[in-house]
Amino acid sequence: MLTSILIILFLAVIIGLVLGFSSVQFKVEGDPIIEKIDSILPQTQCGQCTYPGCKPYATAIANGEADINQCPPGGESGVRALAELMGVEYKPLNESHGITKPKSVAFIDEDTCIGCTLCIQACPVDAILGAAKQMHTIIEKECTGCELCLPPCPVDCITMPEVEEDTENWKWKYPVYNINNVTTNKSKATH
Amino acid sequence: MLNNYFLIIISTVLVNNIVLTKILGLCPFMGVSKKLETSISMSAATAFVLTIGSMTSWAINHYLLEPNDLVYLRTLTFIVVIAAVVQFTEMLMEKNFPVLYKMLGIFLPLITTNCAVLGIPLLNAQASYTLLESAFFGFGGALGFSFVLILFSSTRERLEGAHIPQPFKGSAIAMITAALMSLAFMGFIGLDK
Repeated sequence: MLTSILIILFLAVIIGLVLGFSSVQFKVEGDPIIEKIDSILPQTQCGQCTYPGCKPYATAIANGEADINQCPPGGESGVRALAELMGVEYKPLNESHGITKPKSVAFIDEDTCIGCTLCIQACPVDAILGAAKQMHTIIEKECTGCELCLPPCPVDCITMPEVEEDTENWKWKYPVYNINNVTTNKSKATH
Repeated sequence: MLNNYFLIIISTVLVNNIVLTKILGLCPFMGVSKKLETSISMSAATAFVLTIGSMTSWAINHYLLEPNDLVYLRTLTFIVVIAAVVQFTEMLMEKNFPVLYKMLGIFLPLITTNCAVLGIPLLNAQASYTLLESAFFGFGGALGFSFVLILFSSTRERLEGAHIPQPFKGSAIAMITAALMSLAFMGFIGLDK
């Protein structure tokens, strides 16, 4: 009895060690460019780019199937970062995929909510808490403001108020300098 | 000595074919035989797993189970070992042959549930072969499996274009073909003395 338990245990340990070691040894790294693109994307998983999430969109950009200007939540700065990474020209956001809106989070009017769980199923980041016939609420920290929960709500109890700037979430603005191109004028002058 | 190994191979490929005579491993035999290409790569993966699996399970049977009188644990330990070998093969393949890995897809982990893969180490243990003999037995079994699978899938590819009565189309004619092949392989029994 004891020997059989010991033998099975011994086998399990050996197999675990071998498999664990080989999973490190034979680790397959994903395409690094996809990871880099994915880290620039805002991870709202909103699907406005027509791909089912940020990672698929990143894969499509890496394969040359998608353009870099299809991500409204990423905004202009996102497109600029992508253009720099991919080594292509910056182009303005494609408006057919939506426009950049100020950052907002969903808010559920808890008096009207009927607890149908439809918005929970729609939420790509699991930011809605609730159960059937129970009131739902938004976990503000997790909400990416993708608005995917708005269409399924049968009683329209979800609104998207803008996040107002206060001392909690204020950040330094990205510095923008207007650089005058003086070299072209100079070269013209010398010739 | 060499003759012995040759006999083992011939007997497992033709006379005691694992699929058509022992009726083991029918799931991949029916499932992966629609296209010749996938059936070839499936056979290669199964051959690898079977050979390594029968060697490791021989070692476990010989050094761990038999000295301790734990023969009744064979099935359990062999399943675990085979699952581990399949997992290992999967990792190895993903790293070194990503195209093959993608082509096999779900069938690669499904080798675990291929009963031929469990059946051969168990038959090995019953026949009390040596390490090399059981390796040859495993490889021969895999060869027999591949042989039949490739024959069957090429037949099925041809059957696609054949005039088959409506009620017999698809799986029905595949079953009938398999049965006829099994009958044909019974003819090899005469080879065994």
